[in-house]
Amino acid sequence: MRRNLWRRFSSSFAMGVMYALTVVALIPLGLVLWFTVSKGLPSVSNLEFFLNSQRPSGIPGGGVANAIAGTAIIVALASLVAIPVGVLSGIYLAEYGAGRWANWVRLASDVLVGAPSIAIGLFAYALVVVPQHHFSGTSASVALAIVMLPVVIRTTESAVGLIPNGLRESGLALGLPRWRVSLQLILPAAAPGVITGALLAVARAAGETAPVLFTAFGNQIFTLDPTHAMTTLPLVVFRDALTPYKDLQQEAWGAALLLVVMVLVINLGSRWVLRRQIRLARQL
Amino acid sequence: MAAAVDNLTRPVASIPKPPDRYRTFTAVVSWAAPAALILIVAVLFQQAWPSVTRFGPGFIVGQDWNQVTNNFGALPFIFGTVVTSAFALLIAIPVGVAVAVLLAEPGAQGLRGVLGTGIELLAAIPSVVYGIWALYVLAPWTLVHIETPITDHLGAVPFLGGVPRQTSLFTASLVLAVMILPTLSAVSRDVIRAVPRGLRESTVALGATWWETVWHVILPAARAGIFGATVLALGRALAETVAVAMVIGNRPEIPHSIFSPGYTLAAVIANEFAEATGDVYQGALVEIGLVLILVTLTVNLLALLLVHSARARAAI
Repeated sequence: MRRNLWRRFSSSFAMGVMYALTVVALIPLGLVLWFTVSKGLPSVSNLEFFLNSQRPSGIPGGGVANAIAGTAIIVALASLVAIPVGVLSGIYLAEYGAGRWANWVRLASDVLVGAPSIAIGLFAYALVVVPQHHFSGTSASVALAIVMLPVVIRTTESAVGLIPNGLRESGLALGLPRWRVSLQLILPAAAPGVITGALLAVARAAGETAPVLFTAFGNQIFTLDPTHAMTTLPLVVFRDALTPYKDLQQEAWGAALLLVVMVLVINLGSRWVLRRQIRLARQL
Repeated sequence: MAAAVDNLTRPVASIPKPPDRYRTFTAVVSWAAPAALILIVAVLFQQAWPSVTRFGPGFIVGQDWNQVTNNFGALPFIFGTVVTSAFALLIAIPVGVAVAVLLAEPGAQGLRGVLGTGIELLAAIPSVVYGIWALYVLAPWTLVHIETPITDHLGAVPFLGGVPRQTSLFTASLVLAVMILPTLSAVSRDVIRAVPRGLRESTVALGATWWETVWHVILPAARAGIFGATVLALGRALAETVAVAMVIGNRPEIPHSIFSPGYTLAAVIANEFAEATGDVYQGALVEIGLVLILVTLTVNLLALLLVHSARARAAI
């Protein structure tokens, strides 16, 4: 009897420890969010922060408009390549994915997700910056497209894989060719999952620093021309945070807050959409 | 008569199929990912060539990092990368496995769903945000509350002495631990979930408590997969760049204490490549990138193999 009591107690105790450790794991999340919000708010609450470009330390009225424009253009160009290629690859894996080649593609994208992004930056530098002899937004887009590609591939594969086979079979039974079934029937049905996957890839790319360090390089001047050096929000955080100037450090916290807000909105939104998608797929 | 029967039984599939151009097209597009991977390694190898030919295998064990004499060795960076990653794993493994055990529990999610979302958000925060937080919040705090007391009382222990600094191998390890935790717990959760339900149920039917089931049955059954998850997390730690570059102190030497500044492979590329002049200096930095990507690719391949085989075995 005593022994059973002890066993039950130790079991509850162990479960308590597990919950405690999980809460410990979440403390950093809380701290990071709290400090970026509290330290970043003074920057973000000023409209000039969004309208003006970066200014040297000591000159008031600096903002991150150049970084916002740079991030948007570089990530948009990267998406233009990575999303179509990734979606088509993902469709291939989901529709014809039984063979050996498909397994190589899966393996390559799983390995590519874990590849050091700084090495991808070196690659883009050698491939684009060296022949052109200058830093450019497009070279950063090349690097970020490689960062995005595996994310898009795997999320597309799982989103298309969720669509019940009945839909595919009914399309084929009506005499539609495979490509029309796939692009006009399956892809629209899987669209929420595919789009959220693409958005997650966009969020990841927009938050990357290492691949843009020596491709986009940074540029204090506002430009919309991706053949010039550009700056992105993570670059602002990285460079400004390491300066000894209080006003630039403040700017870094503001840029960090913008990044965190973007990432949280995309991630929480996509979780909500995906959950809905899985529920709908079950009803079919 | 015989011919007629033959005609009837001839399989329909022998009608020649039109070539599936859509399949060919998507298959060709899907070459992009493997091609990118191979191209990256090939281009880095080519760019690192000036350094590879000049330093040979001695590059790996060289301790000098001198831009003036053009003499480069990677050992301080390899040391820093290995120590910070190992220490990060040491911190992240117990916490990550506990989280995984909890999140893998069958039944209603409720509170656990919220905790799971939180853990996944940890993975979504950009590393530069961890970097700025670690530099201005975590590093000053650890100096006062962890590093100074330990060096004061345990300074005689090797690797724990010296003058503590805000930016150190220890601070970098702490940040890394936070950053790899989501990978570790998400993959471990999946392999624990793949443990056959019958195993859990029969143990409970024998009268085992929750903890006895977890400790004596679930965790041993998922051991190989959890090891795979750990190796995958190790790959993430090795590859992490900017958050580490902001808090490790950037000193290219092998420190005598974990509370001293150091350097990692990824961090030295991030800090020095844009300013590097000359073929040899740039080549040395690219060779560091090559070492980094080859090591992480190997580690990731090993991890994927472990996780896949663990899942496949559990599915039987």
